[in-house]
Amino acid sequence: MKQIPAPFWTLVLGIAVTLISLWVGQNHNLLPVQASEQAPLVDDLFSVMVTIGTALFIVVQGAIVYSLIRFRQRKGDDTDGPPIEGNLPLEAFWTAIPSIIVVGLGLYSVVVFQEMGGFSPGGHHGHGAMVAMAPQQSVIDVAPLLAQAGDGEDVYTKTQVYGFGASPLLQPNQPDVTVNVTGMQYAWIFRYPGTNITDGELHIPVGKDVQLKIEAQDVIHSFWVPQFRLKQDALPGEPAELRFVATREGTYPVVCAELCGAYHGGMRTQVIVHSVEDYADWVASRVAAATPTATVAETVADTDAAYLAAIAPDLARSPVQIAQMTHGTP
Amino acid sequence: MAQADLSMPPTEVQGGHKHPDKWKWYDYFTFNVDHKVIGIQYLVTSFLFYLVGGFMAVLMRTELATPDSDFLSPELYNAFLTNHGTIMIFLWIVPAAIGGFGNYLIPLMIGARDMAFPKLNALAFWLNPPAGLLLAASFFWGGGAQSGWTSYPPLSEITANLPQTLWCLALVMVGTSSILGSVNFLVTIWKMRVPSMKWDEMPLFCWAMVATSILALFATPVLAAALILLMFDINLGTSFFKPDAGGNVVVYQHLFWFYSHPAVYLMILPIFGIMSEVIPVHARKPIFGYKAIAYSSLTICLVGLFVWVHHMFTSGTAPWMRIFFTISTLIVAVPTGVKIFSWVATLWGGKIRYTTAMLFAVGLLSMFVFGGLSGVTLGAAPFDIHVHDTYYVVGHFHYVLFGGSVFGIYAGVYHWFPKMTGRMLNEPLGKVHFVLTFIGTILTFTPMHQLGMSGMPRRVAMYDPQFTSLNQLVTVGAYVLAVSVIPFYINVIWSWMAGAKAGPNPWNALTMEWTTASPPIIENWEVLPVLTHGPYDYGMDRASEVGPAGEPIEATKV
Repeated sequence: MKQIPAPFWTLVLGIAVTLISLWVGQNHNLLPVQASEQAPLVDDLFSVMVTIGTALFIVVQGAIVYSLIRFRQRKGDDTDGPPIEGNLPLEAFWTAIPSIIVVGLGLYSVVVFQEMGGFSPGGHHGHGAMVAMAPQQSVIDVAPLLAQAGDGEDVYTKTQVYGFGASPLLQPNQPDVTVNVTGMQYAWIFRYPGTNITDGELHIPVGKDVQLKIEAQDVIHSFWVPQFRLKQDALPGEPAELRFVATREGTYPVVCAELCGAYHGGMRTQVIVHSVEDYADWVASRVAAATPTATVAETVADTDAAYLAAIAPDLARSPVQIAQMTHGTP
Repeated sequence: MAQADLSMPPTEVQGGHKHPDKWKWYDYFTFNVDHKVIGIQYLVTSFLFYLVGGFMAVLMRTELATPDSDFLSPELYNAFLTNHGTIMIFLWIVPAAIGGFGNYLIPLMIGARDMAFPKLNALAFWLNPPAGLLLAASFFWGGGAQSGWTSYPPLSEITANLPQTLWCLALVMVGTSSILGSVNFLVTIWKMRVPSMKWDEMPLFCWAMVATSILALFATPVLAAALILLMFDINLGTSFFKPDAGGNVVVYQHLFWFYSHPAVYLMILPIFGIMSEVIPVHARKPIFGYKAIAYSSLTICLVGLFVWVHHMFTSGTAPWMRIFFTISTLIVAVPTGVKIFSWVATLWGGKIRYTTAMLFAVGLLSMFVFGGLSGVTLGAAPFDIHVHDTYYVVGHFHYVLFGGSVFGIYAGVYHWFPKMTGRMLNEPLGKVHFVLTFIGTILTFTPMHQLGMSGMPRRVAMYDPQFTSLNQLVTVGAYVLAVSVIPFYINVIWSWMAGAKAGPNPWNALTMEWTTASPPIIENWEVLPVLTHGPYDYGMDRASEVGPAGEPIEATKV
């Protein structure tokens, strides 16, 4: 065992790097709990990327560190290294491998994106209009997209809806629960059509198909529930949608992710995922307690703060929000 | 080695008029048209702005040491985050990397006496200080722009109108500077190379500047258009981006990111050029894959123009766009990877000198591997949607822009300081600077990834208390980074005044700028140089060549 051949070491290192990368990819625990049907899809994609990234990281950093130690200038040696300027097969190899990896990841991303319902926001007939039209009704020459828009609707007259619609994994159906979501400085308002319920927190049943119709009243906000792995900007003048099934009961944060003003950091609320029975009880209790306060407030309030204070006084939890409401919004 | 053929008769200097032997200190405060003066003007001013932007970062991190907004008012916090980003991008990295190193080195590397349009060059520089003054003035007249460096409408149209207008004007000025500089670089490299230098014999920094300039010429006017329309909306009652008056907020985002994603490449491509110069010299090996590195710069330039929508995956983005831009964004990783592999291969088998310049170059390599990999994850739309506008993104782009661009600028300064000043920087102090910077970078920007994935959005002065401990770690890292610049600034100031004399070529490098005196004489050479070997011919027999003083160079033993 005087001289172990280099291919042997390469093989051993390759196996070790592969095993370490696979382990890291499966055990990184970097993401919060999964609470929607989309979350495992995103997490699996991320885990694949972590696996590949770990392998590349170890190989490249290993080569750097090895070079720094092995090929450092020795004392008294002022000569140059060997004049190696290139190696075509090697360069073709390290161009081809990343190309294959990124194309593979791209295709995987498309599949995940489709399964998440990314191709069907605004679709209400099962197929979902994959859409391709801008609000200005301009024609976009994307033949495959128009073909998928399908279902006989005039795609040139529809308005683009951004976000995530029904997942193709689900049977085409109307959502079980629809909630209208309005973002404003510095709160989210949730309205339940047909019930007079208006709330500062989002209440939804577990295991049901929920559709959020998202809009913004003043500036751009971004609706994000980290445990759902879903985010969609609320754009003034542009309809958006998030459709998902919550898979785990609990209380999760709703975060505004887009800079929306001085108190952007205080624009936080929560989504409460109830059991189906608890949700029904909550709806019943809120309907019974409903008063015309909200409607009155909507007509008389001339600032976001006054409007908020009238319909959802519970929102003012933090000192900064109270201060903001006191001073009104710009 | 020698690229200066001393047998040629002296060439008459441009214009036939006499110049002083060297510039006086006060010449650096004038409308001097010498590319070397302008390069140093860019570098010095950008390093001053670096202190200002860094000071803002330290104040923000102090605020974020606790969950509540208890150190800065939320309005001031937003003004600092807006101007921190703006200054660091537009008044620090871009002017240092492109204006500073580009102006100083390009004529010297291609054997020219100056840039093609010297007065235009000076004008381009002198647009920068007033831009910085406008940003400073915006703090005194209205508390500074507060809508982030992206300045998305409608927020930018309803908060702090006067500071926002000043911010727009400042960016239009630096954008104009960038366009003027780009035209100058392209014409200079195209027309003013010494006749003996073919395209594939140019130093790779020149290739990087070609790609950078093309990119800037395509992208920068679009930003200017967006900002001018935004100013019209704010001040003249138009409604390009006002949704309640028929405008569209998403159009601004397209215009903004059509420039501002390529801006990342504007910042990093010159740094890639610096890497390709520093690594071969200090590893004593030819750059591995010259053509691959040169062409990958052009590929990044081309593909980089078609990735901007990945900043808008959660915004008003049609599904097909999310897919197209996912693929194009991921593809950028390929030419970038080619560069990284080539630099690693250059190290492999070399005789690596642990100079501070080399340490920063290798540090960059290490940081960029991590930043590049997290960039790939952001290119994939489904995952990007989760972490977009979170601290994951902040961590990623600081790995790329601080661990990448800033490390590259430091590497460049340590490498070319002897050429620029004629004096060496102090190496032990430089190594202290490197160690502090390396540790500070990791401490500051690595935990940000976890914060973002866990649920902390970016641009918040107040956050959920569950993120306190990680934020405090980040704040400690930021303080280490703040301390790290102290030995550097001391080193530069002291060495510039009293450092060891450098001589014309202290690193025994082969590119053409090292064939003249340090600092170079006005108009660069007594006689125009002639190319006798490639820029990276380390380890090759250069016995027949002569040095800058005419002395023969012995063959380099391999």
